[in-house]
Amino acid sequence: MTAEPRHFTTQLAVIGSGIAGFAAAIFAINRKIVTAQVGNTGALAYTTGYLDLIGKLGGAAGLVTDPWQALASLRETEPKHPLCRVSADDIQQAFAEFTDFLGACGLAYSAPGASNITALTPVGTLKQTLCVPATMAAGPRAMAANTPCVIVDFRGLKGFSGAEVVANLRDRWPQLTTRRLVFPGMDRGEVYPEVMARALEVPATREQLAEALNGVAGAARVIGLPAILGMHRPDHVRAELERLTGREIFEIPTMPPSVPGIRLRELFQQVLPQRGVTLIPQQRVTALSFDGDGATLALSDSYGPIRVHAQAVILATGRFLSGGLEAHPAGIREHLLDLPVTQPAGRADWYRDRYTDPRGHPIHRAGIEVDDSFRPLTREGRRYHDRLFAAGVILAHQDWIRGRSGAGIAIATSFRAVTEAKRFLSGR
Amino acid sequence: MSFDATTLETEVLIIGGGVTGAGIMRDLALRGIHSLLIDKRDLCAGASGGNHGLLHSGGRYVSTDPAAAMECRQENALLKRLAPQCIETAGGLFVAVEGDDPAFAEKFPALCRNAGIDCEELSPGEARRLEPVLSDKLFKACRVPDATIDPFHLALLNVDHARLIDGSVYRPHTEVLRFEMADGEIRAAICHDHLHNRPLTIRARQFVNAGGAWAMNIARLAGCADVSLLYAKGTILVSNDRLAHHVVNRLRPPGDGDILVPGGTVSLLGTTSTRVDDLERVGPTVEEIDRNIREGAAMIPALAGARYIRAFSRVRPLLQAVGNASDRAASRGFALLDHASQGVNNFCTITGGKLTTFRLMAEKTVDLVARRLGNDQACMTATVPLPDDEACSWTEPATALKHWHRDRDADDMILCECEMLPQSAIEQIFAGAPGAEQERTIEAVALRSRAGKGPCQGSFCGIRIGSYLYDQGHYRDATGLAHLRDFFDERFKGQRCVIWGQQAAQMELAEALHCGLLGLDTLEGDR
Repeated sequence: MTAEPRHFTTQLAVIGSGIAGFAAAIFAINRKIVTAQVGNTGALAYTTGYLDLIGKLGGAAGLVTDPWQALASLRETEPKHPLCRVSADDIQQAFAEFTDFLGACGLAYSAPGASNITALTPVGTLKQTLCVPATMAAGPRAMAANTPCVIVDFRGLKGFSGAEVVANLRDRWPQLTTRRLVFPGMDRGEVYPEVMARALEVPATREQLAEALNGVAGAARVIGLPAILGMHRPDHVRAELERLTGREIFEIPTMPPSVPGIRLRELFQQVLPQRGVTLIPQQRVTALSFDGDGATLALSDSYGPIRVHAQAVILATGRFLSGGLEAHPAGIREHLLDLPVTQPAGRADWYRDRYTDPRGHPIHRAGIEVDDSFRPLTREGRRYHDRLFAAGVILAHQDWIRGRSGAGIAIATSFRAVTEAKRFLSGR
Repeated sequence: MSFDATTLETEVLIIGGGVTGAGIMRDLALRGIHSLLIDKRDLCAGASGGNHGLLHSGGRYVSTDPAAAMECRQENALLKRLAPQCIETAGGLFVAVEGDDPAFAEKFPALCRNAGIDCEELSPGEARRLEPVLSDKLFKACRVPDATIDPFHLALLNVDHARLIDGSVYRPHTEVLRFEMADGEIRAAICHDHLHNRPLTIRARQFVNAGGAWAMNIARLAGCADVSLLYAKGTILVSNDRLAHHVVNRLRPPGDGDILVPGGTVSLLGTTSTRVDDLERVGPTVEEIDRNIREGAAMIPALAGARYIRAFSRVRPLLQAVGNASDRAASRGFALLDHASQGVNNFCTITGGKLTTFRLMAEKTVDLVARRLGNDQACMTATVPLPDDEACSWTEPATALKHWHRDRDADDMILCECEMLPQSAIEQIFAGAPGAEQERTIEAVALRSRAGKGPCQGSFCGIRIGSYLYDQGHYRDATGLAHLRDFFDERFKGQRCVIWGQQAAQMELAEALHCGLLGLDTLEGDR
């Protein structure tokens, strides 16, 4: 049986459903561009909720406290870095627009500031990031002020140990202690953050947890929890727990897939269709072709084949984890259009000898080339097509992992790609 | 014996915690002789832990070394009887494919018969029914009693038994720096205890060098110049899945990529052989990986597209063979040197050999040591079964499954989800697996269990185990994070050359987690 393809027509098609893809969709609908978005959202659940811009620079072990200054020096040292194709004003505006959108949808974020926030990790190390969810904001503040604080962990929750957080932060935060609780109604076996988060959307569970928290908080005025404060209304859950305990509450991200990542995914999937985006999640585009009139994306879902006809396309398919790039024994390839990938000479050069080498691994700097309008380039250095733009970590000349700059690259380059696509769509 | 002492005494000091050293320890104990076993790292850190885990039928050696083939045949049968808990009687196939020498293949069954090895000739069809992954270009197949053996489990149980018999002691992370000598004897080994970072003197009546590839260096510390070794680096790949039930050998003279050995839930493909000079910095190269896969795929085409999770290289000590250019032809037999010609009368070196013959090597060594001590007890390791101990069994994939089915307790959290390793295994290892008493670390757990051996190579379970150890108070400061980083760095050495396809995605996620989030690339303090 060969089903007739279903056809969608749109101005802009965004391929990819990570931070870059969703940011592109948000920027597009804010600019009244008719938008369709396709792609698997798997990798989004692996994000922590922190939105990094630049948290670390070059091979230096030192952390970046002022990302704007780091950006300025990046322009000197790594002019090909994708962030260097975006002005600081645009980056600032992109972050503000992105976090405002999330806030308007019920997931409040700190606004992009003049310096990084020193955020907490589940093992008690510190991380420099630009914006944090409102549910996580009180932790860095309390640490900076050495406010008496108790980290509460839970029986049966693997990979999150209050003792570990305290052991590694004690020098910096002498007033930090830890206690262990049984999560209400989960006194046997393993407990899972996602299940706890959904349980906390129920008022009765919150009341029981608040009572238990009060029992162990003692002199602590601030309580740190693993990220479990609700799935859909985390700010409300936190406010309620603060009201019930009379103490400030904050979250620390847990091992991925973590609740903050799932929150983002669920929010996007719920909100974007309401705002008019044709969202086809969980499907992989199998072919992309261009002709004189536009671009055609081929994919299929359980009902059969789909064709999306678009005037312009943003490729935001990510790297290896999301499938935008494929690492073959013979070399790295871009999977959809076989765009040329700038990469190390051979497989032996992909990785350095030591995993945690502060300089990072050359494979992560591989990626596709774009011009200043974020249009991918062919081997000859020409635009692949006027209708094709690219954004996110698929771009070459950056190491988002070691630079702590994944969200920054995604948001900033999507902003620019959408701006350029808009210019193209409105007849230049 | 106190762990805090700066001087220890024993009857026999064994240097080198490979399977041979562990076997010597047990053999001594069974003859009533107390010993101390030390290793500068930990059990099976050298070739003992870096091989296929093959219990040879002897078939591999029938054409090149019939004596070694017969030794293998005997030890194979003996170990299957006495240490079945460490062995999977997988069976082995020798297969010749188009392009291989038919004459060599034809004479193989007769060579096996001459060495007393059971060899059943199979039609190509029969062989492919047994192992459907075999190439359709197969023209000759023979079945032999190859098996697999877990060297970690084996070493742990040997040490454990010795400890049980007479309180013999195993100390990891103890390195010999020099010997104190007088009157043609070694009086003491002057060591460094790396775990506590302090000097340690060990006095003994007899000293045994079971240093494997390091044996030549250790012998020289005692002024003995009669140990002459070649170093051959072997590189082996580990696949994500078990591709064949049997051990599959290429029926041709030994070469690269000519054997695929099952290892529980995975398969191991090897082995390239390259001469090296440096014992400390050996790692797989992309070229070796590709060569192994290319050669292996001639026997088993699926190897070309298989997912590999790891590769490792270890140095095998080969005894110097005069006038022979090929490492593969260098003797795979073992040598016991009594060093009398070097003017040292209470020191011996055992080296060369192979995993399959470790017990025999231990027997010959202890015969010499016992004689020198005036002990005339006969060797008992050929008759006394190796006792079981669950604390030593977590290196076997089957243990976690058995535990899951039998003792499943909802509160006993699974920390390594790839390998189903529960919290209670860690407690058991700390309580009862030799060498972990003093070292309650991620690395000590990893060596004594399957933790980190699955598809994620420890990238998630390492963090969970770390958290658990902090929870239990085994870590109380930043040391745990440094150990976590070192554990990931160590696992990465084996991953580095096989990161493509799904492993590249896995690795990107792992690195985003370890470095991007946790900042293990920017830990404060020394590296």
